[in-house]
Amino acid sequence: MVKQLTRKTFKIKDGVWIAFLIILVILPLIPAVAANSFRMHVMILILLFASMAQAWNIISGYCGQVSFGHSVFFGIGAYGAGMAVVKYGDTPWPGILIGLIIAALVAIIISYPCFKLSGHYFAIATFAIVEIFNRGFLVWDWIGGALGLDYPIINEGLKNIMWHNSKTSYYYCALVIFTFIFGVVRWLESHRFGYYMRAIREGQETAESLGVNSTNIKLTAMAISAAMAALCGAFFVQYNLRVDPPMVMSLDTSMKFVLVTILGGSGTLAGPLLGAAVLVPLQEYTRAFWGGLGGGVDLMIFGLLIIIIVVKQPAGIIGIFNYIGKCFFRQKETGERYASHGTP
Amino acid sequence: MHPMALLDVCEVTMKFGELIANDRVSFTVEAGSIVGLIGPNGAGKTTLFNCISGLYKPASGTIIFDGDDITGHKPYEIARRGAVRTFQVVHPLKDMTVFDNVLVGALLKCRDRQEAFERATECIYLCKLEHFQNRAAGDLPIGGKKRLEMARALATRPKLLMLDEVMAGLTSTEIKAFIDVIRNLKKSGITMMIVEHVMEGIMPIADKVVVLDGGVKIAEDTPEKIINNERVIEAYLGAKYSQRFKPRKDGEPLG
Amino acid sequence: MADPILKVDNLYAGYDGIPVVHGISLEVMQGELVAIVGANGAGKTTTMRTISGLAHPLKGKIFFEEKDISRLAAHQILKLGISYVPEGRRLFAKLSVEQNLTLGAYTEHSQKEILRRQEELMEIFPILKTRARQTAETLSGGEQQMLAIARGLMSRPRLLMLDEMSLGLMPSMVDKMMETIIDINRRGTTVLLVEQMVQEALDIAHRGYVIQNGKILQSGSARELLDSEEVRKAYMGM
Repeated sequence: MVKQLTRKTFKIKDGVWIAFLIILVILPLIPAVAANSFRMHVMILILLFASMAQAWNIISGYCGQVSFGHSVFFGIGAYGAGMAVVKYGDTPWPGILIGLIIAALVAIIISYPCFKLSGHYFAIATFAIVEIFNRGFLVWDWIGGALGLDYPIINEGLKNIMWHNSKTSYYYCALVIFTFIFGVVRWLESHRFGYYMRAIREGQETAESLGVNSTNIKLTAMAISAAMAALCGAFFVQYNLRVDPPMVMSLDTSMKFVLVTILGGSGTLAGPLLGAAVLVPLQEYTRAFWGGLGGGVDLMIFGLLIIIIVVKQPAGIIGIFNYIGKCFFRQKETGERYASHGTP
Repeated sequence: MHPMALLDVCEVTMKFGELIANDRVSFTVEAGSIVGLIGPNGAGKTTLFNCISGLYKPASGTIIFDGDDITGHKPYEIARRGAVRTFQVVHPLKDMTVFDNVLVGALLKCRDRQEAFERATECIYLCKLEHFQNRAAGDLPIGGKKRLEMARALATRPKLLMLDEVMAGLTSTEIKAFIDVIRNLKKSGITMMIVEHVMEGIMPIADKVVVLDGGVKIAEDTPEKIINNERVIEAYLGAKYSQRFKPRKDGEPLG
Repeated sequence: MADPILKVDNLYAGYDGIPVVHGISLEVMQGELVAIVGANGAGKTTTMRTISGLAHPLKGKIFFEEKDISRLAAHQILKLGISYVPEGRRLFAKLSVEQNLTLGAYTEHSQKEILRRQEELMEIFPILKTRARQTAETLSGGEQQMLAIARGLMSRPRLLMLDEMSLGLMPSMVDKMMETIIDINRRGTTVLLVEQMVQEALDIAHRGYVIQNGKILQSGSARELLDSEEVRKAYMGM
């Protein structure tokens, strides 16, 4: 007699996320937060980094294809918007759209041959890609070369995605992007595509033997991931008002995608957010308090954190939570659950 | 009435450099039947499975499944057509739960999620994995991992299920229970090709047994005839084993 | 009456603090061939691993030649004279037969002694002599199993523990394997083996223990167990 187990689509954890989002929406309305420009800045960066990390999480966390090349897509997104505004004097919107498309296409073209390389070699190939784009953009005069693009003074408003005095609107922009990217990943996680991605990560050959077209899935995941990274890049340039190759197309930036996710817990929905929530304040506050030295101290602490995580708990902060949870619930488990159910 | 063979393996040869792992192997698997594939380690059984399931491209020969030539096709295509195999060296998707493992299989043919969940649940109960379903697949004992291989493959609703040594390490009583599961699957219309070393698990249920030795097919016959085949006894069963089966054979039907 | 070479006293063992074995007591006398049988997941391998030091007991004690080895590490237990051959062979695939054997005598320092033992083992396992220079991964399943056992014997153990030696072996090889184990026992090594092929194991053993759900269901001479209704029904499919 087969017991019919229905798996709920809408789980308790979704409720938690929605409650959390509501808090995030209300946050800037609290005077204590809104008044402090620095705190808003930190909040915005947390949302941005979390979004970047989540984009990376799609192809590298869930699908297991570790990429060190995501700064390229981030950069394409930034330059897309930047070019539209600076070179063409337009609103950034068309630039953003073009940036997304180009990022996805570049991702597919680069990955197709690279996916034939197994595991570590793919990651190494992505290192090379970043360097190629970095050098290329430095000498490409049409997009500004080494000088990059500087934003002129423009009218503010949603049309230009530009606000001069308060950070609140930028915050809500970042929140929209955050919600969108996290929503996409949540959806993927619970549908066929997500299961197939994880199966490929756990064992590509095994997945294929169960009918999974791994090439298609990997390319699609890469394209989505790249487009999301580009979206983050577009927001970045609108907020930063400036972009140049070392700022976006560098290994440095690529590592931000990687490390935030790994710290929080790669392959999980909350990981990117947890990683960002730890790293961004660390980075911004050490920079603020230690002035000139600040640029180094945060990286040192960061490096230390990574070493601890990799050695002690590779599953990141989420792994730590799970471990605590397991310890807490251990008393409830009886030995019987694990004993064999013996002879039929 | 001549039943159309579901699987037609025709003169398949597979080489690794100089080593000939499969040497012009030919046999058929009739729809709805159970075919046993036995032979010493290194005889080429898993290599043959790999050729059929698309992991290897044979050096020569053809493989026809359900009327179509699938020689050299990609593994995922062959799985989609309905020929699915398990792995002798188990490959659990380690960090995913047992349920999610089987779900990956179910998602192949089940169009919507609820259907996939139900199919996965069904296969989990069939393979007695219900107590493990929320555990990480990598944590299972070896027996559980083997059952997981089977549940996952079963979830894809295969026409041809290829099992690679799933009975290794079972006690005789467990084997009997497993045989019942196989018989039920046969009744539900699934054709099976089973590689086994556990004779009491395969001889009672096989309609036909194919024997490989050193890459070559040395026999293809009913279990009764195979047990008495001199060449098979010499290469594989050993004198003691064929003796063990003889009394049972005379007294009662195998199985 | 002599003391047992191995004594397991009320053992609780498992993983992550959760017991799989619930109070097992057993003993093996010098020179015996004792079999532990039972279903998948019953706790046989967990018991073996705990005795050999790869896992620690949650409760209970293990005595080898009257010494308490419950808390010792695996390599210390090896030095004391227990050799554990795990299921699944676990050979060094890319190393040759000879190299695998040499590594089995890891605790022995004299090169001459190691060579002497190697020759002795190649006498017991002639197939290994033929394949001495081949890499372990090129051997067939049965040959690999032989190599695993031979490697286990290289440390000259007084107690040899074998875990599922018949796994994945063709019928004629299973028979050969069982004959070899009897031979090893006759030459003086005490053997404790875990087997899922209940009939085959009890056919060669002096005594046996049947484990079910982490507890001992029955114990006694091999003959007693083979004749037992309960064992026949639950394990031998009769």
